[in-house]
Amino acid sequence: MIALLLRRLAQGVVIVWLVATLTFLLLHAAPGDPVSATLTDPLTPPAVREYWTHRLGLDLPLHQQYLHYLASIGSGGFGFSFPHHRPVSAVLAEALPNTLLLMAVAIAIAFAAGIVIGVVQARRKGRPIDWGLSIGSLFFYSMPDFWLALMMLLVFAYWLRLFPASGMFDPVMYGVMGPWARAVDRLWHLVLPAATLALLVTAGVARFQRAALLEVAREDFTRTARAKGLGERAVVWRHALRNALLPVITLFGLALPALLGGSVFVESVFSWPGMGTLTVNAISTRDYQLLTAVVIVTSVLVVLGNLVADLLYAWADPRVRLEG
Amino acid sequence: MSAGRAAAWVFSAAITVALCLGLERAARRSSGDAGPWRRALARFHDNRVAMVALWIVVAACVVAALAPWLVPYSPTATPDIVALKNLPPSAAHPLGTDFASRDVFSRLLYGARVSLSIALLAILLSATVGTLYGATAGYYGGRVDAVMMRIIDAALSIPRILLLITLLVLWGALPIAALILVLGFTGWFGVSRLVRAEVLSLKERDMVVAARALGARDREIIFRHILPNVLSPVVVAATLGIANVIIIEAGLSYLGIGVRPPLPSWGNMIQDGVSQIATVWWVSLFPGLAIIATVMAFNIIGDGLRDALDPRQLDG
Repeated sequence: MIALLLRRLAQGVVIVWLVATLTFLLLHAAPGDPVSATLTDPLTPPAVREYWTHRLGLDLPLHQQYLHYLASIGSGGFGFSFPHHRPVSAVLAEALPNTLLLMAVAIAIAFAAGIVIGVVQARRKGRPIDWGLSIGSLFFYSMPDFWLALMMLLVFAYWLRLFPASGMFDPVMYGVMGPWARAVDRLWHLVLPAATLALLVTAGVARFQRAALLEVAREDFTRTARAKGLGERAVVWRHALRNALLPVITLFGLALPALLGGSVFVESVFSWPGMGTLTVNAISTRDYQLLTAVVIVTSVLVVLGNLVADLLYAWADPRVRLEG
Repeated sequence: MSAGRAAAWVFSAAITVALCLGLERAARRSSGDAGPWRRALARFHDNRVAMVALWIVVAACVVAALAPWLVPYSPTATPDIVALKNLPPSAAHPLGTDFASRDVFSRLLYGARVSLSIALLAILLSATVGTLYGATAGYYGGRVDAVMMRIIDAALSIPRILLLITLLVLWGALPIAALILVLGFTGWFGVSRLVRAEVLSLKERDMVVAARALGARDREIIFRHILPNVLSPVVVAATLGIANVIIIEAGLSYLGIGVRPPLPSWGNMIQDGVSQIATVWWVSLFPGLAIIATVMAFNIIGDGLRDALDPRQLDG
């Protein structure tokens, strides 16, 4: 188990290094550079440009720039963000917990709902309820994330006025609320963005879970369980599902990039102050440093997510654990 | 409705029906045939849901191709920005007008043209690059394969939308052709992994071993014996990939870095309605529905193709 963990960690470091290198190459393949992109005013004195070019190390030979760049990533600093007037790490440190909160809630809802829907479908395979849920899943699976977010906003925040339209808490009342009311207020603001993200992922989980259960349903141990007289409920929930959950664990790792991509749109629609909103804002300010950092931090999150999925898999499936 | 436009609608409906009936006949006639592609076509034809999806896609492509003759208004002209803006759906404007008094229905049809052609061309590029890369890695194996696949692992650990946002911000306003290139070159990682796995098993088969024993060169073996056999998983992946590219392009255009206004794409049309979503909802609603219908159809066709091309999975 320890050996597995160490090997996966080493692979993860290699992947993040490759991502960083790819990003570096792309940055330098692009026309223009951070200085000319940020100081767009043609009247900027050349001395100012030279100062920043020198300060950002852009006058160094390429291999030295690369080493500086790797060092700034390794130290977690990620350079300086012009539009924010702060180190990128400080900007990200504020946003990252908000994104992680949103993702954790969305993942929990999506996997719980997706697994239940998948089981219901597999048990009623070919019946109207299976058809209905399949089409429903496909409908959400085929939906652009930002459009779903907009429609949720329109229906639940503007038409029905059930939930707030934006932010993490009430900008006016939050200051005078008691601790209990604050918790409720935060929860209330979490509902729409988390539900939107969860809906998008649930569809994928349900499709996957249904297929996995149908696969397992054909195997010998399921037939044995049925043959020894167990009820259908016990067969499905205790014997088949326990085995059919294994592939869903892998899906946890695979769903992360999609979820992080989707959070870009969902966060920006609901003005959720996380990495996604930062990313969208960085588009108009052309904040290279921030975008690079977001790409690298995201790849670290994905690598860690896959690591967790691998460990869960090894824990759940003794065959993997024994191979080391 | 002018007579010319009515005739164009009848014409496009006729073409759609003719194309679909042609496909139906080809499928029905091939049911007894021995070729694997023919048999797959027959199996696909038995899948009614997938056939309906195929009809939808054919109709969308015909409408997109004939858009200039089908639209009631110009998609970019702004006839009266005061009196005709933000009109709700009515007989004159079936899907309403947007903030610049442009007809949403006309823009939707032109948007189909832009969104579908970008997606098709990008996926063609992705499938080609991914197949060549995956075949090379799988065929040569060993260290070459290990390095090539680590690069794929890294590329797949960046959400594609983030990679694209970074690229497009760096490179600034791109013409459509460049946008297609960027979309194509960021979409082949999954395909290459698929092809590599397939090639790894194919190269041990007797036909490849025999070809090598007869002195065939690497390139000959790859192009003559291996690639034709990986075609079916690539076709499935490409069909599902079209669905994905449509959504990604819409997302980028929504963010203002994909297809630039005034040229309509479904994504930037949704953006046009965002600032007034609570009152002028029709501007954002209908392009979204168009995306869902098209993407759902491509997803259903992809699933249907997978079942038809790989009969081993059918009893599932």
